[in-house]
Amino acid sequence: MARRQLKNPHQETVLFQSRSISALMIIILALGLVNGRFFYLQIIHHEDLKARSEANRIKTTPLPPARGLIYDRNGILLADNLPTYRLEVVPEKVNHLQQQLDELAQFIPLDTTDEEKIQQQLRNKKAFKPVVIKDRLNEAEVAAFAVRRHRFPGFRTVPYLVRYYPYGALFSHVIGYVGRINENDLKTLDHARYAGTRYVGKLGVEKFYEARLHGVPGEMKTEINAQGRLLKVLQQKPAVNGEDLTLSLDVRLQQAAAEAFRTNPETNIGAAIALDPRNGEILAMLSQPGFDPNLFVNGISHSQYQALIQSPAKPLFNRTIKARYEPGSTIKPYMLLAGLYYGVIEPGFRMFSKGYFQLPGQKRKYHDWKRGGHGEVDSVAALAQSVNTFFYSLAVKLGIDRIHDFLRYFGFGQKTGIDIPGESTGLLPSRAWKKATRGASWYPGETVITGIGQGYMIATPIQMAHSLGILASRGLITQPHVLKDKKPPVVKQLPLAIKPEYWDLAHQGMVAVVNGKKGTARAIASPDYLIAGKTGTSQVYGKKEENIYEKSTDIPRHLKNHALFVAFAPADDPSIAVLVVAEHGASGSRAAAPVAKAIIQRYMALYRPEYLNKSGEQASAESRKPQP
Amino acid sequence: MSHHTPWQAHRAIRLHRRFIDPWLLLLLLLLVSYGLLVLYSAGGPVLVKKQAVRLALGFAVMLVLAQIRPERIAQFTPWLYGLTVILLIAVLLVGDASKGAQRWLHIGIRFQPSELAKLTVPLIVAWYLRHRRLPPTWRDTLVAFVLLLVPAALVVVEPDLGTAILVAAAGVFVLFLAGLPWRFMLASLLGGVAAAPILWHFLADYQKRRVLTLLNPESDPLNAGWNIIQSKIAIGSGGLMGKGWLQGTQTQLDFLPEHSTDFILSVLAEEFGFVGVATLMFLYLLILFRSFQIAMAARDSFSRLIAGALTLTFFVYLFINAGMISGLLPVVGVPLPLVSYGGTSIITLMAAFGIILSVYNHKKLIKQ
Repeated sequence: MARRQLKNPHQETVLFQSRSISALMIIILALGLVNGRFFYLQIIHHEDLKARSEANRIKTTPLPPARGLIYDRNGILLADNLPTYRLEVVPEKVNHLQQQLDELAQFIPLDTTDEEKIQQQLRNKKAFKPVVIKDRLNEAEVAAFAVRRHRFPGFRTVPYLVRYYPYGALFSHVIGYVGRINENDLKTLDHARYAGTRYVGKLGVEKFYEARLHGVPGEMKTEINAQGRLLKVLQQKPAVNGEDLTLSLDVRLQQAAAEAFRTNPETNIGAAIALDPRNGEILAMLSQPGFDPNLFVNGISHSQYQALIQSPAKPLFNRTIKARYEPGSTIKPYMLLAGLYYGVIEPGFRMFSKGYFQLPGQKRKYHDWKRGGHGEVDSVAALAQSVNTFFYSLAVKLGIDRIHDFLRYFGFGQKTGIDIPGESTGLLPSRAWKKATRGASWYPGETVITGIGQGYMIATPIQMAHSLGILASRGLITQPHVLKDKKPPVVKQLPLAIKPEYWDLAHQGMVAVVNGKKGTARAIASPDYLIAGKTGTSQVYGKKEENIYEKSTDIPRHLKNHALFVAFAPADDPSIAVLVVAEHGASGSRAAAPVAKAIIQRYMALYRPEYLNKSGEQASAESRKPQP
Repeated sequence: MSHHTPWQAHRAIRLHRRFIDPWLLLLLLLLVSYGLLVLYSAGGPVLVKKQAVRLALGFAVMLVLAQIRPERIAQFTPWLYGLTVILLIAVLLVGDASKGAQRWLHIGIRFQPSELAKLTVPLIVAWYLRHRRLPPTWRDTLVAFVLLLVPAALVVVEPDLGTAILVAAAGVFVLFLAGLPWRFMLASLLGGVAAAPILWHFLADYQKRRVLTLLNPESDPLNAGWNIIQSKIAIGSGGLMGKGWLQGTQTQLDFLPEHSTDFILSVLAEEFGFVGVATLMFLYLLILFRSFQIAMAARDSFSRLIAGALTLTFFVYLFINAGMISGLLPVVGVPLPLVSYGGTSIITLMAAFGIILSVYNHKKLIKQ
């Protein structure tokens, strides 16, 4: 105690009071600071923090529209939406994802493809966005999950509609398919319209009419808590479903074409198109082989995809609009018309086929397909027997410029504009084209072979079918299409003054191809109605002059020529025009014509029954009635 | 009072000794009622009931302590201090670990000895300085620092840096009120700032994260930043008048974490708005004013030092909590005094008010 200095009570009281007042000043300042902070948050930043609080509690769920269904012309469903469930997980809400997945796999089997897809999604996902564990759960799996869901927080089953194509491969190339929206799609799609949608048309009609099939999404505003649990629905705007589309295709004709290819002893690969020449409606459109579009809807597995792209038959290749073939002898009716139109031959013109043709002053021989030639033929016989020499000389008389100009009116060398994406242009050669692309002038010998549809000329099946329609309808230019729309089809008249007798002659020649004694396709003649047709071959490789008559059976399949056949029926009132390409079928009459016949036969039974089981006279009388 | 007879004087003393400052009592009752109202919204009737029981216990402790003379409290102080140090050592040896720190001790009930330290540290410093000349000499200051740093260091080791700082602060407040020179405090503050980078090195990872989160909560919005972001959203979305009682979406839909305990002020801000916050702050300010008034009217050094220091400690809790939940300070887990749901802290705080009321009850009367 002695060490202690004396206390001065008064001074200490004053000191304490001064310190207390300082402390109170600090307190007032500090509480002022705190209040200022609250003022800053609650008054100055009220609006944006209020918005964030609303964003916390209000979850806007897009309500995806149901995709429009696709029907054939008779109302048969070709593309359906099946209700199903998928299993999703929000990985942020799961502590041991892999362990949970392993447990899950005990009652919902996951194969390596599923695992792959999950890992892929996990690699590039956004925070709190769900990852799909498995699509298209079956009922047992949905039930098995439902009873165990308490053990799997963060996991949920989500109902959705999945596209289903009941006819599988039959319409693979026409209708195409929808597939999962990928990063490339996201670059072009309107994100607002596709919120909540996982599929987009990738091919065929599904792609071409995406805008009409898709619809407009709705929106549901719900209140959620921090765990993401839905508490109540605040506001709901229903989705506007996509438009249902009716196609001009007929399932039965498509099946007839597929069946004919399947049972074709020559080849199963090729393309067939049937259209109505009066309005451009495509009735059947088949590229063989096809593929099951359902495989692509939920993402095709690597092995399945490899199998498809490595198959030599190229099932993913849409031959009907993309494949490029020489038209071969199917060009001859057009050449005949051109000859008559430009007056280089008269309707009564006859010539003698001695087996080959030579340009004046040249040694090279251009052969008939028949050794020794066909003898004296008129234009009908020239078509019926496909007399090459007739058309060699006709082509030389016409010259390449007139051939080019004339064929261009029939749509060769141009896209038809069919409502399926991915069409090729084909090639209609001309002097200007050769100069521009090859840097060389046109040789007379090239004109000769153009007369029988060989050389540079290239056409797609849809082009050939389109020009055949113009030929069958005697000059009606239609827009080939697969959508049977409400508005009437656009039909234009060919702007060439081709006399009716010229059309008659071309038609008679084609009728003789099927019905004449020496016709190249007489095997497919029908007793009930007249088919007009023309065979053709599209060269796969050029034959040397010495083995030009070599039997096609002696060479390997993949080197055989493609077989072509064009036909329309009934010849006196055509309402169907058919083009068939049988790849490596060698013979138009044997490999392609039977396929065309099968389609026409089925068509006639379904749409022109008045022709069947009746006498020819009656048939031709009734055929002038308008089509129902 | 010199004209009173001894008997009268004695009676007056008795009356005053049994008396409780009505102003402080009223203010505390208003505060805890307001707190219970907010707690009802944040945690429902079950928490309110439990909290009410604790508050009743706290008020009982307060009323009992208010009857004990400050000299008697001073007498007990060294023993209490010793007990605190022993318990703090015990908690390190046999305590419960929770969230990476040993803070809890089971002795019949579960409690945190560090809470006790918040009372005993200012008590021991006030006890040490009570007969010494003020402002304290350098030597006395040094001894006082040793006394306050021993428990604080034991709390740091738990490790609980936040509480350790509060414990030490309570002791420093006594020195401040005792007249520690401003230049000394300024130098300490500057030294602290200079030492911050070295101190940073010794922080646990979670503590570093809290500081970093304060500087930029959006940098880690899913983890450490989540609480503070949601708290700011709750506060800001309340606006001037609030969303209404039981209507705070951040609270009711669980976006706001810890809304019954550390973040209860965010609930109040969301549901009662700026007006509600300002009202609460005014209430606290009145309590602080009244407590300082009592301290200034105290009859001796010990009484005024302890009353003033406990008042300042009470203010610091308020400031740290309000600063923390509004994003001014790092998240350090300090409850809002007498409002946050939670056990030990309410008893400690009410005990502190008991000591302050004891000072009120025994002001200057004995002197004559």
